[in-house]
Amino acid sequence: MEQDVRPKTADPREERTLKIVVCVKQVPDTTEVKIDPKTNTLMRQGVPSIVNPHDKHALEMALSLRDQLGGSVTVLSMGPMQSQEALRECLAMGADHAVLLSDRAFGGADTLATSYTLAAGIRKIGEFDLIICGKQAIDGDTAQVGPEMAEHLGIPHITYASQVEAGADGAPVRVHRDGEEGTEILEVKLPVLLTVTHYGDGPRLPVVKGIRRAFRAEVDVWSVNDVEVDRNVLGLKGSPTQVRRIFSPDKRCGCEMIPGDACAAASVVATKLRELRIIGVGS
Amino acid sequence: MDFKLTAEQEMLRKTVQEFAAKEVAPTAAQRDEDEQFSRDIYNKVGALGLTGIPFPEEYGGAGWDNLTYIIAVEELSRACASTGITFSASISLAAWPILAYGTPEQKKQFLTPLADGSKLGAFGLTESGAGTDAAAQQTIATADGDNYILNGVKTFITNGGEAEIYVIMAMTDRSKGTRGISAFIVEKDTPGFTFGAVERKMGIRASATQELIFRDCRIPKTNLLGREGDGFKIAMATLDGGRIGVAAQALGIAQRALDEAVKYAKERRQFGKPISSFQGISFMLADMATQVEAARLLTYRAAYQKDQGQPYSKEAAMAKMFASDAAMQVTTNAVQVFGGYGYSREYPVERLMRDAKITQIYEGTNQVQQMVVSAAILR
Amino acid sequence: MKINSELCSGCGACAAACPFGALVIKGNKAEKTDACTDCGACASACSFEAIQAGSGSDNGGDAHDLNSYKGVWVYLELKDRQLRGVALELLAQGRKLADEMGQELAGVLLGDNVADLANEVFANGADRLYLVEDPCYGRYDADQYTAAMTELINTYRPAVILLGATHNGRDLAPRVAARIKTGLTADCTGLSIDTETGLVAWTRPAFGGNIMATILCPNHRPQMGTVRPRVFKRAEPDCGRTGTIVRAKTKATTSRVKWIKSIKSLKESVNLEDAEIIVAGGRGMGKPESFALVSELAELLGGAVGASRAVVDAGWMPADHQVGQTGKTVAPRVYIACGISGAIQHLAGMQGSDVIVAINRDASAPIFTVAHYGIVGDVNEVLPALINEIRCATA
Repeated sequence: MEQDVRPKTADPREERTLKIVVCVKQVPDTTEVKIDPKTNTLMRQGVPSIVNPHDKHALEMALSLRDQLGGSVTVLSMGPMQSQEALRECLAMGADHAVLLSDRAFGGADTLATSYTLAAGIRKIGEFDLIICGKQAIDGDTAQVGPEMAEHLGIPHITYASQVEAGADGAPVRVHRDGEEGTEILEVKLPVLLTVTHYGDGPRLPVVKGIRRAFRAEVDVWSVNDVEVDRNVLGLKGSPTQVRRIFSPDKRCGCEMIPGDACAAASVVATKLRELRIIGVGS
Repeated sequence: MDFKLTAEQEMLRKTVQEFAAKEVAPTAAQRDEDEQFSRDIYNKVGALGLTGIPFPEEYGGAGWDNLTYIIAVEELSRACASTGITFSASISLAAWPILAYGTPEQKKQFLTPLADGSKLGAFGLTESGAGTDAAAQQTIATADGDNYILNGVKTFITNGGEAEIYVIMAMTDRSKGTRGISAFIVEKDTPGFTFGAVERKMGIRASATQELIFRDCRIPKTNLLGREGDGFKIAMATLDGGRIGVAAQALGIAQRALDEAVKYAKERRQFGKPISSFQGISFMLADMATQVEAARLLTYRAAYQKDQGQPYSKEAAMAKMFASDAAMQVTTNAVQVFGGYGYSREYPVERLMRDAKITQIYEGTNQVQQMVVSAAILR
Repeated sequence: MKINSELCSGCGACAAACPFGALVIKGNKAEKTDACTDCGACASACSFEAIQAGSGSDNGGDAHDLNSYKGVWVYLELKDRQLRGVALELLAQGRKLADEMGQELAGVLLGDNVADLANEVFANGADRLYLVEDPCYGRYDADQYTAAMTELINTYRPAVILLGATHNGRDLAPRVAARIKTGLTADCTGLSIDTETGLVAWTRPAFGGNIMATILCPNHRPQMGTVRPRVFKRAEPDCGRTGTIVRAKTKATTSRVKWIKSIKSLKESVNLEDAEIIVAGGRGMGKPESFALVSELAELLGGAVGASRAVVDAGWMPADHQVGQTGKTVAPRVYIACGISGAIQHLAGMQGSDVIVAINRDASAPIFTVAHYGIVGDVNEVLPALINEIRCATA
């Protein structure tokens, strides 16, 4: 009855085995963040930390591919030691290995420095076929780290990937890419980096045995000395963009409340739509 | 004394919460309305691995502990009390006695499918004349060559009709009184084993409750659980553990009622203010929250005690008694906080109140629990 | 950023306000960790004036060399061989920046046989157009476009580049920024010139829209940023304007990605990002069946159907209808929010709409803080009435 449908043996001659790395980030749950009305500043205390939602979708894509074709999934993160919790959750979902890049030298990084550091981590992990990232983190919201990592690693990237079809061993894979107007199919030889917003029905829940396994597994923690990097390109020092200031968004005031019952209100709205030339112009 | 759960247990709790929110809660009201048992939900509970939590890995379990299992019962019950008891009855009342008293063959044959969730279990002790007076068993098991032949009727059996594996108490030697009762494992579809009336209940309406009818039902001797005459002891020990499950179910129901009442009190405005700003309401909520906390501590303590291998009958009885009374009070007050809306089936709290009542009754009425506790303290 | 420990009371307000978790309280005094980015949020939160915000770190870059980069560029994205709306919006905004900086505005156009668009580019404010034409640019391709942009940047050295934060814009910009090794700021909602430094100040939302950040790129060039569609307005085109066309030649390169085909064209009802009118529903609709009202109104108005995250998570609507931080960001002319409470992550996805009409049973729902028109009522009564009114109006 278990969800674990991994092939028992991964014989490279019989099956395609994919080495997949998934980059994840532990983020504050921004749906729970509030602004202090007195000081107009962020109240981050007590906000639970979660695995970035898009990263879970990326992990689900990786796990599904591995379940289908065989191989291994390694999750990689850069952050403070607390990020190990996020990595454990990924192990509980079914990832095979977890690595955390954690060091003071990495701190304060913008997307360029972050992507450079993660790329160094991936080089140390070794061979890979696929790197899958969530499109963006819900705290930084930039969607830049994925493509920048691909550039550092010298591999192609495809954003907004929603599906991957792998053929015979060595053959290029087909990736579905979502655009504003529809979906395209692209073909690319591995290795490639993908960024994902949503995948299928969403990330699987960890099963009980997965949770037990996750808490018995080792998370490898690598410091700056464990990876080959140019220290000038790390952390705050290696970040071309700098935060000048942080402020609360303006509260727009003055919502015109339309009085009356449903019919009266509907009538007023219809009038406004006519004024805006949304209706009544022969459309 | 460490009151914290481990990070692993917290992850399990969060997982069950997410599972319950997605797979259990959305259909709870409709299943209650339709009195519809859902095997599909139970299969998913099994697929998640919850059914294996307290059982050894060699029988398909997760090799984890009772406290973690209790957390799963609590969180499932929070979404749907019927789902909570379906799960708890199968694990605590059917699977556990097979683990504790079964032969290796019995464990392999019957415990494994219960632990991996592919089969559902039930426990048959209660009869129309044997409730609190559980020893007054009329169901008899007559030895006949390599078999036993069962005759009798069991009533109010949770998971009756839906379960595949039943742990049944029957009299093998009336002259020996309670020492003449034995325990048996009976599978569904055994000739002579049929089902009778389906109970129409006040609450836990999506839980299957049905009569079991044994008429010259022939089962192999190898289905005797433990030795002849061990049945009453097995039943009492099983109920000790089952009590912690019921306490957890009551706790889940109470927690849900508290959550709903707090949310409503913050939203509902009267006299220009949310009703939570009136002490009449906020004091009621404070008392409810305190009862839930106390129920939690008693329930977790009983489970912890069992995990430590220490005697736990008294603690389990205290937990069941207290948590079920708390659930009844908290759900009643939750309906009160909702006012008129609380009485309507469009809102979840009236179902919680109907569901809570049974926790004061089954697996030993609270009066039985009082007997257990007083016996323990007056020794 | 410096903390004056004599003034520090150890109250922890700074630590609570830090978006990066970079402050800890030790021995009743605040201390910063290496996660600090000098953003200054802590300084604002401190009521003891114990924190002095930093003025940014010096991380390289030769001042003379930086000043040799000149000009504001706008990457002109195409859709069906026409300039995308966002390209025209950025030309308008780019014109303002260029004027303030006293520099030229140029458009960058990669395509196959697209020279006829030059007039429109100049009419919308550009002084110069870098035109790169070749069949290999006929369709967006990351490898081809990154190589071309990089070559142009290295040859012509612009100070600033603006790109639309479209699917392709967000694909291209980071790749180029990483190849050039410069700073990129995503999804800007505000652009200005910082008077102190003469740098572009990029203002953008973060933390799901809970806070705004202003970013600078002091020591690297070009300063790059992406901007969401409909954040800025287009200018009135001046058809009399002319400019210089620079036909740039780029080195041939092979792409590692092959386009096979397009499948599944999104129905109008789902193309939220380009829609002018969106009718969106939330949990306040009550049940999945009620969404028929939302769809009906959308169809009547010729608009797209949106959904809140709650409704997508509950399975009432498919994920491609989701509007919000983890869904699609939209900026239609009209956004009608039905039974949507207005969680900040949803607002982040739609508050750029020109006119927001909100219908909700709860008068205190946050959606009313961004709506222009609000109706407190039952959507299941208001929507049928509205549908009826519109049918009569268009009959």
